[in-house]
Amino acid sequence: MSSTSLTGGAASAPASKTTKSNKVEKLAEATAFASGSEVSNELPVLGQPTGLTDRYIGKTGAQILLQMLLEHNVTDAFGYPGGAILPTFDQLYDTKLNFILVRHEQGAGHMADGYARATGKPGIVIVTSGPGATNTVTPLATAYMDSIPMIVFSGQVRTYVIGNDAFQEADVTGITRPVTKRNYLVKNVKDLPRIINEAFIIATTGRPGPVLVDLPVDVTTNKVESAIDDTPWLPGYKTYRLGHSRMVKAAADMINAAQRPVLYVGGGAILSGAWKEVRELAEKGNIPCTTTLLGLGAFDENSPLSLHMLGMHGGAYANYAVQDADCLIAIGARFDDRVTGNLKLFAPKAKIVHVDIDPTSISKSVKVDVPVVGDARLCLKDMIGHIEHRPREQWLQQIAEWKSKYPFAYRDDSPLAKPQAIIEAINKATGGNAIFTTGVGQHQMWAAQFIRWSIPRSMITSGGLGTMGYGLPSAIGAQVARPGELVIDIDGDASFIMTAMELATIRQYQLPVKVAILNNNFQGMVRQWQKMFYGSRFSHTEMVNPDFAAMAESFGIRGIRCEKKQDVDKVVQEMIRHPGPCVVDFLCETDENVYPMVPSGKGIHEMELGIVGSAPPNMARDMGTLA
Amino acid sequence: MRHILTALVMNEPGVLSHVANMFSARGFNIDSLVVGRTEDPNLSRMTIVVIADERTLDQVRKQLAKIVTVVKVRDYKDSPYVSRDLMLVKLGVTPRTRSEIIELADLFRGRVVDVGHQAIMVELSGEEDKLDAFVELVRPYGIRELARTGVIAMARGVQSSSGDEQTMENAPEPSRMVKAAAGKRQPTQAELEATPPG
Repeated sequence: MSSTSLTGGAASAPASKTTKSNKVEKLAEATAFASGSEVSNELPVLGQPTGLTDRYIGKTGAQILLQMLLEHNVTDAFGYPGGAILPTFDQLYDTKLNFILVRHEQGAGHMADGYARATGKPGIVIVTSGPGATNTVTPLATAYMDSIPMIVFSGQVRTYVIGNDAFQEADVTGITRPVTKRNYLVKNVKDLPRIINEAFIIATTGRPGPVLVDLPVDVTTNKVESAIDDTPWLPGYKTYRLGHSRMVKAAADMINAAQRPVLYVGGGAILSGAWKEVRELAEKGNIPCTTTLLGLGAFDENSPLSLHMLGMHGGAYANYAVQDADCLIAIGARFDDRVTGNLKLFAPKAKIVHVDIDPTSISKSVKVDVPVVGDARLCLKDMIGHIEHRPREQWLQQIAEWKSKYPFAYRDDSPLAKPQAIIEAINKATGGNAIFTTGVGQHQMWAAQFIRWSIPRSMITSGGLGTMGYGLPSAIGAQVARPGELVIDIDGDASFIMTAMELATIRQYQLPVKVAILNNNFQGMVRQWQKMFYGSRFSHTEMVNPDFAAMAESFGIRGIRCEKKQDVDKVVQEMIRHPGPCVVDFLCETDENVYPMVPSGKGIHEMELGIVGSAPPNMARDMGTLA
Repeated sequence: MRHILTALVMNEPGVLSHVANMFSARGFNIDSLVVGRTEDPNLSRMTIVVIADERTLDQVRKQLAKIVTVVKVRDYKDSPYVSRDLMLVKLGVTPRTRSEIIELADLFRGRVVDVGHQAIMVELSGEEDKLDAFVELVRPYGIRELARTGVIAMARGVQSSSGDEQTMENAPEPSRMVKAAAGKRQPTQAELEATPPG
C-alpha cells in the first residue's frame, strides 16, 4: 500500500461557515413553502381558488396557463417548441417567465428535476406533442422514482383528431401514466384552471412527484366564455402530515430502550426539510446516523455520529452498524434493494421504526415494527420531545473502531490520476460547499463516498432510476435555480456524452456550470461488473470518446484537458475560478473498482472490501450467510 | 387466498387502465375486475378479486388507495358481505333434453331468457360457487357459449367504518388526515361514504 487516502480529512477544508448556515436556512424556507405551513393541517392551497369565477372569461387556454404559472410562483421553465404547443410559446414571447430553451426535451425534464432538487420548488417543463412529450418519459420516470415535484405541460393534437394517428400524435397520458403521480388530458379549456391548480397540489404535497398535463391545440387557443369553477376537486387524494401520536410515542420508547440504534435517513428527509430535526434527534439520543444516496446532505458528515452512506457501495462501518443494530430508525427512506442487499439477511437483530409519508412504503419490502405515517419533519419534531439522552458509549466506541478500520480508501499507484483523487481534490477545493450533480456509475459512487456532504440539497443525483446523462442537464437546472452559486457536474465520460448537446444551452444562457469528467474511456461501472462477474469479457463497454475539451471549445465554452495526475489540484482550482462555464476532461485510471461493494444476493455485511482488508470475524458468524 | 376488494374511483378515462396497469406492474394477480356505474355520475365502483396472502393484500390495498383517481378502497376480509356473479349460458338442446335443462335452471333459481330449436339461453346469478356448480351440471348437454360478469360485492348492514385503505396500526388519527375534497360543490352520497367518519 504505497499511499492510502482516508476520509474525514476534508473537515478542515476552507469552507465559510456563515455562508453555509445561511444557505441551509434559506433552503429550509424554500422547502417550507413547498410543504405548507407547519401549524395548519390544511393542504397548502396554492393560488387563490375562488369557486365560480369570471376572471378567466375572454382568455385563451395559453393565456390562462401562463397567468397561472406566475400565480403559482413559477419563475423559470424549461422546454422546446413545436407545432402543437405553439399557442403557448406565442404567449411565452412576452411573459416575464425566465424560459430556458434546451436542445432535447430529455434535457428539459432533467433540468426541471435538478431545479426542483436544488430548491424544493416544482420544476416546470413545456414541450410539444408526440416526440416532444415522449422524450420527457425518462425524466418523468427519474423524478417519479425519486419523488421529485415536477410538472410537464405537453402539446397535443386537436381534441377532435385525437385517436386518428394525426401528425405528431401520441397517447401521452397512456404512455406516462405509470411514471407520473397523476396525469391529465385537458379536453375543454373550462377545465384548465382547475387542472392546473390540482397539478400543483399533487406535484408538491404528500410524497411529491411528477404530473403531466396534455394540452390539445384547441384547448390552448379556445377562450373561456363563461364563469368557471377553478377549485381543485381531489376526492381521492389523501396526504398525511402529522404522525399518529401513539405511534410517535411507541417509536420514541423503542429508540430510548435501544442499546445500538442507527438512524437511516433517505431523500424524504430532504424533501420535507427535516435536516434540523434529524440532527436534533441524533444528537439528543446519541444515535449514529447513516444516509442513503438521496439522503446525502441531510446529516452533516463531519459529525462524529455520521456513518456516511450505506448500502451496496456504502461505508463498511455503516453497513456493519446496520447489521449489528438492535433498532433501525428509517426516516424518509424506502428500503431500496441497493440499500438492503439480500432482504433475508438485512438488519437481523433490529426492531424497525419507519417514518414515511407514503403508507405503501411501510412493510413493502422489510417488515416494520413501528410505522409512523406522516411528514418526516413534523413526525420527528413530535418524536424528539420523547427522546431521552443515552450515553451509548460502547456502541459509539464500536462504531468509531469500525470507522477507523474500514474507511473509504484507494491506492494511489497508477501513472494516471485515480478518479477518487480527483474527487478528493474537488472536495478539498470546495469544502463540499457547492451544488454537485452526477451522472450514473462509478463516478457517482465515488462522489458519494469522497465528498464530505454537509449541506442539504447539495447532492443532485438520479438514485432510483439510475439515469445516465442526468448530470449535465440537472446541473443546468440547479444553476438556473441558484444563479450565484457554484454548480459542479461530476460526470463520467459515458454518462456525459448521453446529453452533451446541452452544452449549447449552457452557452446560450451563459450559465457558469462546471463539468468535471472522470474520463476512463469506459462505462466504468458496467466494466466493474464484467470484471468481477463476467470473466473480464468487456462486451461493448469501451468508449472511443471525442476530445471533450475541444468539443466544449467548439460550443464556445472553456475546455481543459488534464492528462497528468500532478496537475489535478491546479486544474480543479482553475475550473472553479473560471467565471464562466468550464468543462474539464480528467483522464483517469481505467482499471479501478468501487469498493466496498456488496455483490448482488449477499447481505450488506458480506462486502468486497478492496484494499482495506477483510471483515471482522464476528460479522459473518453473527449475521449468517446464504452462500 | 382469494380476497374481494372494492374501489370507488373517479369516472374518467384512464382510471381503469391505471388500476389494471398497477396490478400488472407490481405483479399482483387479478382473478376478476368489474367496473360499473354508481348512483353518482362522477364515480364508478370497481370490484376486484385478487389472489394474495395477507401481506400482499395489504400492499394491493395501499397501492390502490395511492392512485389519485381512486377515492376509496375497502376489502371484505373481516366483514360479512354479499357477493354476486351473473352468468348467461347458451346450451344445445334436443326436444328430449329441453325440459331437463329448464328443470335444472329452476332448481338453481335461474331463468330461461331465450329458447330456440337447437339452443336455449339461461340467466343465472348468485355466488361464484353456485354458478360453477351449474356449469358442471349442464356441461354434458353441450355449452355453446358462456359469459360471466365477474363478482360484485357489498357489505351487509349499514356502512361499516372498518376496512378503509389503512390498516389500524398505521392509520393516522382521522382528524389528522387531510382530505382535499374541500370546495363549493355539495358532497354527494358516494363522497360522504368516502369520507372516513370521525
